[in-house]
Amino acid sequence: MKETYRRTIRFKLNGRPAIAEIATHETLVEVLQRDFSLFGARESCGQGLCGCCTALVNGIAVSGCLYLAAFVDGAEVMTVEGLASGNELHPIQQSFVANCAFQCGFCTPGFILMTKELLDRHPHPTTDEIRHYLSGNLCRCAAYPDIVHAVEAVSGARKV
Amino acid sequence: MAAHYTESAAKVVEPPSKIKRKAPGSGQVKRSVRRLESKAKVDGSAEYIYNLSLPGMLYGKIARSSIPHGKILSIDATAALAIEGVHAVITGEDIRRLIPDPYYGPAFHDQPILALDKVRYAGEPVAVVLAADPHVAEEAADLIAVEYDPLEPVFDEVAASKAGAPIIHDRLRPAATFPDLKYLQGRSGTNVALSGRVRRGDLEKGFRESDHIFEHTFRNGKVIHAPLEPFVTLAEMNGPDGLTIHTASQSPSFVRSEVSRLLGWPENRVRVRTAFLGGGFGGKLYIKLEALVAACALLVRKPVRIALTMEEQFYTITKHGATVRLKTGAKKDGRIVAREVETWWNGGAYADIGPRVAQKSGLTSAGPYDIENIAIDSHAIYTNEPPAGALRGFGVSQVVWAYESQADIIARALKIDPLEFRRRNILREGRPHATGMLMTDVDIDAILDRLAERMEWDRPLDHGSGTIRRGRGIAIGIKACVAPTTSVAMVNIYGDGSCGICCSTVDMGQGSDTAMAQIAGELLGVSAEAIRVIHPDTDVTPYDMATLGSRSTYHMGNAVRHAAEDARAQLLRIAATALQTDIDELECRDGAVLTRSGARMSRQITPFWMLGGAGAEIEVDTETGRIRVTKLVNVGDAGSAINPDIVERQLIGAGTMQFGFTIFEEMIINEGQVVNASFADYKIPGMLDLPDDLTGELVEVPHRHGPFGAKGIGETGMFCVSPAIGNALYDAIEVRVMEMPLTPERVLRALRQAQDRPLTSD
Repeated sequence: MKETYRRTIRFKLNGRPAIAEIATHETLVEVLQRDFSLFGARESCGQGLCGCCTALVNGIAVSGCLYLAAFVDGAEVMTVEGLASGNELHPIQQSFVANCAFQCGFCTPGFILMTKELLDRHPHPTTDEIRHYLSGNLCRCAAYPDIVHAVEAVSGARKV
Repeated sequence: MAAHYTESAAKVVEPPSKIKRKAPGSGQVKRSVRRLESKAKVDGSAEYIYNLSLPGMLYGKIARSSIPHGKILSIDATAALAIEGVHAVITGEDIRRLIPDPYYGPAFHDQPILALDKVRYAGEPVAVVLAADPHVAEEAADLIAVEYDPLEPVFDEVAASKAGAPIIHDRLRPAATFPDLKYLQGRSGTNVALSGRVRRGDLEKGFRESDHIFEHTFRNGKVIHAPLEPFVTLAEMNGPDGLTIHTASQSPSFVRSEVSRLLGWPENRVRVRTAFLGGGFGGKLYIKLEALVAACALLVRKPVRIALTMEEQFYTITKHGATVRLKTGAKKDGRIVAREVETWWNGGAYADIGPRVAQKSGLTSAGPYDIENIAIDSHAIYTNEPPAGALRGFGVSQVVWAYESQADIIARALKIDPLEFRRRNILREGRPHATGMLMTDVDIDAILDRLAERMEWDRPLDHGSGTIRRGRGIAIGIKACVAPTTSVAMVNIYGDGSCGICCSTVDMGQGSDTAMAQIAGELLGVSAEAIRVIHPDTDVTPYDMATLGSRSTYHMGNAVRHAAEDARAQLLRIAATALQTDIDELECRDGAVLTRSGARMSRQITPFWMLGGAGAEIEVDTETGRIRVTKLVNVGDAGSAINPDIVERQLIGAGTMQFGFTIFEEMIINEGQVVNASFADYKIPGMLDLPDDLTGELVEVPHRHGPFGAKGIGETGMFCVSPAIGNALYDAIEVRVMEMPLTPERVLRALRQAQDRPLTSD
């Protein structure tokens, strides 16, 4: 690959400073996996339509399979690996476990990060708001009812 | 205690005749244990093969056929090789130098690792580019120029079965890998891979004695599995004469034997391992990428990884499209006395497991009904479309769509309530199935009762007026599990008393790790959460046929149960000797035992019957043809559920998948070209598509041979959703749509035809 297509990016990754040598056409998911061994954001449909590749960039959910890594230069990036505090899962993660909100688990980090964005903006969403907010995330195992329950439970809309 | 273990010889254990509760009754089964891997699945650390990269590996990108049928005249890789960073381009001829006979498949050895001499579908792998940078491989793959001499293609399964159709395979070579497919012949000179037959009674006599005869043809198109984890395989040399394959596969044992056979190596030189699967649904069975990736790694002597894009899934494996012709003779009182079923399965260009799909679903294609005179023919047909294989339900949902739609037609014609019509005809305990096998451990009445209760069947439904009409429908279905089949498990008790289970069942979201831990835990007096399940690795975990067909809870569950019983008995013996005390005085803890046990099934067509029912309430917009499902109830017989929560979610998950297949999922294949091969154009159900009221309901009829009475249920939720919705559609607007999916366009066209004002394009 020609040198002109390469650059260095510096950003915050899950709260820590990060630096990476990237090609300008590389996506955020590729760089998270190759340079940081973070696999929670994963490519599935490759078109930004399934939500498996979700990462938060400055608190906003992006499709990491389309979002160029070059764009995170200077930004704060959060992946599902950055949610827990030490050994203690984030309340959203705990709620997904408590409500059995996954089967194969491949889509789960994407749902969890979309939920994080939702609750950061709307701490007390209605069930309809939850469904609409998460409608861009797909789950082929169809754990949808449990996912809604998990979000309701953690936002206080429903008792666990 | 010192690391002390004994090993008992491998042995075949026939299941006992009654459910025996030898266990200490430690409360591990019939308990909704949370998935053992829960934390790993929410913190991003769960292991999938997708995550794996190997030092020095090359990425492979596949160049695919652009035409559905034709001879390969030349493959020109000059432009691809000129791209900086391309390591190699591999073609079928390169593979042939390594593997002289590079054809694979579980039913027929019909599929070349890369196309040789000709291509048989648009999207067939023709060459692979290898490069250290995946983007380079992708760019170069587009530059491979292939020249073809087109041959006449055939796409429709019925047309392809007729004499005079273009022949897709000149010669058919049976694989003889699995005992139930050993008799496969194929008919060379035709496109018929298999014709399965069942005959019972005297069909013509039955029709003569019938008061009414109904004959209909039902169809469904092709759909895909679309697991969200891509199909992904890595292969690496393991020393000078070994090979390790890391693959997202539902059948690691089959991959080992098939790759060994292709290479002409003993199986002990090939190691196949998997991790969690990000969904499988039958798509990741048998060989998909494994032979190709293994061959590439051996040719270039470097590790190779190939992961498919979502688009490529559409060119790899599909569910069968099918045409089902049903002729049914009934008495005035609704009793069915004769039924003739003929099904043509669109298997695409390579058989994969299609012949077993045709054979097994053919066996039950007369439905869960007590019929004296039956003739069943089930034809697996080659066409020039992408290959079709197993998809959750194994052909059953296609035939249930037909016989349960027709059940509704017959009931209405004879003015019998659809539920009552079924009650008059169902197979009951002890009665012979069409195949002659007696029905055991079944209670279809209980399924109908539950459906009636949950659907409030006795309460009249408001059918609406104006442009929104309402309707409801029900359906029931039956499936036979695969037989004969083998599962082997080992239960290890380590020096500290902790426990590990070695088995080759693949956890792809169905919760098998958790269920196996519950079964072993129940017998060993250990909490399921404390047990570790070692993931399939053919160097470590013993043989298992595959994770398919809802067979694992029953077959692997029994193997784990026997192994745990054996471990427990050994442990107690050792402890009794060491402590010089009576065995009855002892509990199961401390010590170390390694044991091995197996379970093998009888020669009956199925070790257990899978039975399900579904009910749907819908609204139809008569101006657009759009169906909104307001209520979907799925009832399944799980035997005694090992883990009720997980089982219920399996029903809901399967029901939702089939709901997508019923309402909108359809591969659009135009002259052999898949035109909607992406999530932009092929929609799977999302959060906003779901039925308003969606439930899974367990009916528990304990199975005498199942582990703690359990049966498999991973597919049951698929069986009946389509006809339940189709029957509800008729109830709402008195229009019968014979072909799935029930898209707004198809419903509106049928409605307008019925109103005698067809859409202008009809």
